[in-house]
Amino acid sequence: MSAEYNYVLNLADNTLILGQRLSEWCGVGPFLEEDLALTNTALDIIGQAKMLLEFAAELKDSDDSADDLAFMRDQHEFKNVILVEQPNGDYSQTLLRQYFMDVYHLHLYTALSNSKNEQLAGIAAKSLKEVNYHLERSDLWIKRMAHGTEESFNRLQASLDKLWHYHHELFEESDELTELVEQGIAADPKQLKELWESEVNGLLSSTPLKIPQTGWKATGGRVGNHSEYLGLMLCEMQFLQRAYPNCEW
Amino acid sequence: MYSQGLRDSKAGDDSPELLDAFQQRIDKEEKIEPRDWMPQAYRKTLIRQISQHAHSEIVGQLPEANWVTRAPSLKRKLILLAKIQDEAGHGLYLYSAAETLGESRHQMYQDLLSGKAKYSSIFNYPTLNWADAGAVGWLVDGAAIMNQVALCRTSYGPYSRAMVRICKEESFHQRQGYDIMLKMAKGSPEQKAMAQDALNRTWWPSLMMFGPSDKDSTHSDQSMKWKIKRFSNDDLRQKFIDATVPQAEYLGLSIPDKNLKYNDKIGHYDFSEIKWDELFNVIKGNGPCNQQRMDARNKAYEDGAWVREAAAVYAEKQDNKKHNKEVA
Repeated sequence: MSAEYNYVLNLADNTLILGQRLSEWCGVGPFLEEDLALTNTALDIIGQAKMLLEFAAELKDSDDSADDLAFMRDQHEFKNVILVEQPNGDYSQTLLRQYFMDVYHLHLYTALSNSKNEQLAGIAAKSLKEVNYHLERSDLWIKRMAHGTEESFNRLQASLDKLWHYHHELFEESDELTELVEQGIAADPKQLKELWESEVNGLLSSTPLKIPQTGWKATGGRVGNHSEYLGLMLCEMQFLQRAYPNCEW
Repeated sequence: MYSQGLRDSKAGDDSPELLDAFQQRIDKEEKIEPRDWMPQAYRKTLIRQISQHAHSEIVGQLPEANWVTRAPSLKRKLILLAKIQDEAGHGLYLYSAAETLGESRHQMYQDLLSGKAKYSSIFNYPTLNWADAGAVGWLVDGAAIMNQVALCRTSYGPYSRAMVRICKEESFHQRQGYDIMLKMAKGSPEQKAMAQDALNRTWWPSLMMFGPSDKDSTHSDQSMKWKIKRFSNDDLRQKFIDATVPQAEYLGLSIPDKNLKYNDKIGHYDFSEIKWDELFNVIKGNGPCNQQRMDARNKAYEDGAWVREAAAVYAEKQDNKKHNKEVA
């Protein structure tokens, strides 16, 4: 597969799996306005996944459609970072994962809006409008939880202790990626890391939250080595397509 | 809060003159607005009806959400999410409309959680296969539209205006539901069997959505007089059946009623007697999913308590900061 295909597929899978996780909250949020906001965010993010998967399907140069890529690949073929497949946990865990991804997507899509690949630039520009809203919301929720009650602070700290180790994977480098960056197609992971850290550290250091200093770093998602959670998610997501293949829905 | 400005009498205190004047306004098709005088029973009926409607939208998210994570294509997943988001939005408009009558959303919601308030009986049935996502749109939203189109002309202004907006979205919901059914009914034998199964299970509960037969409906007469309701339960039910039978025929699916037959003399379909015991039983809390739905709502509310509290405390801290700045 081409480097471009792998790159687009990584972006597509990040959004598809994150959107799938978010949609698990459908109808059971902490209050009605949040039900609306969560469902709306899931809708935007799965919409981005659809555009990216359609583009990936074109790049693949086979008969596979976007739906084939979403519903007929096994877990080792998924390229998403392990962060997005982590369970929703409580609301602090869902919103912290979302905040990490929103900051990442904001800078990613900003950079990709100028990609030499016009199709990718178009998708990024469209998605950027949505991500601005998502980040405004998740940023506010981090502040609310960090400065809210003792319980909300403790929960958010526990989620930070759990999820921090997963963000490194967003900025992993590879020879293939470096080439795409040099061609002006992909966003530079070094720059993204700098922007992400400056923004996230900026917010976290304005609160009493403590960033974990030690611990392992998640890796492997981009080459198909996932956590145990992804396989179960796919069982659910792909059930109909697998049980009744070759049907139109 | 509107409660301080409520303009109506205490129970049993409605003077005949005021009642007459109110009825004249209704008869002239004037809309009643939140600050207008209204009989207490009119206010009470509307709070009951609008809040039940809002609760139905909220509980109604659950049977559809059951299929969101398993929707069979990206397009279907997006449409279903958009639809459920609309339902939550409808809940929000409707709670707001009911609040104009002086009842707080918090109180209405507590009544739902405690089981005191009712919601549509249809959401106490399970969605067992993907075609149920279609049948809910086609039949449940279809039945809801019959009711709601009539309610666009209801006498209470805020309710009527909310309905106009809701109806536009509901007709999209019904179309997408029918589109799922069409794909399933014209698909593989397994898909067609799922579609038939969904229709078999959803048909009768959909007819029950129109409520008890006119002769047994406790709230109907006065509501018709005040033009809260514009058509009777039985009339709307008949209208729904007449519109839906040809749609089922087009799908090549059979409606589970051996007595269903077009009656030339009256120009309507005849149909079997509805199992009213089942309806009253489900309303009382004894349907297949009553417990499950209420557990889900209560769990979401309890799990969300710390989130709501954190948001409230944070907002208060921000207000204090702003206030201190202004004072300084």
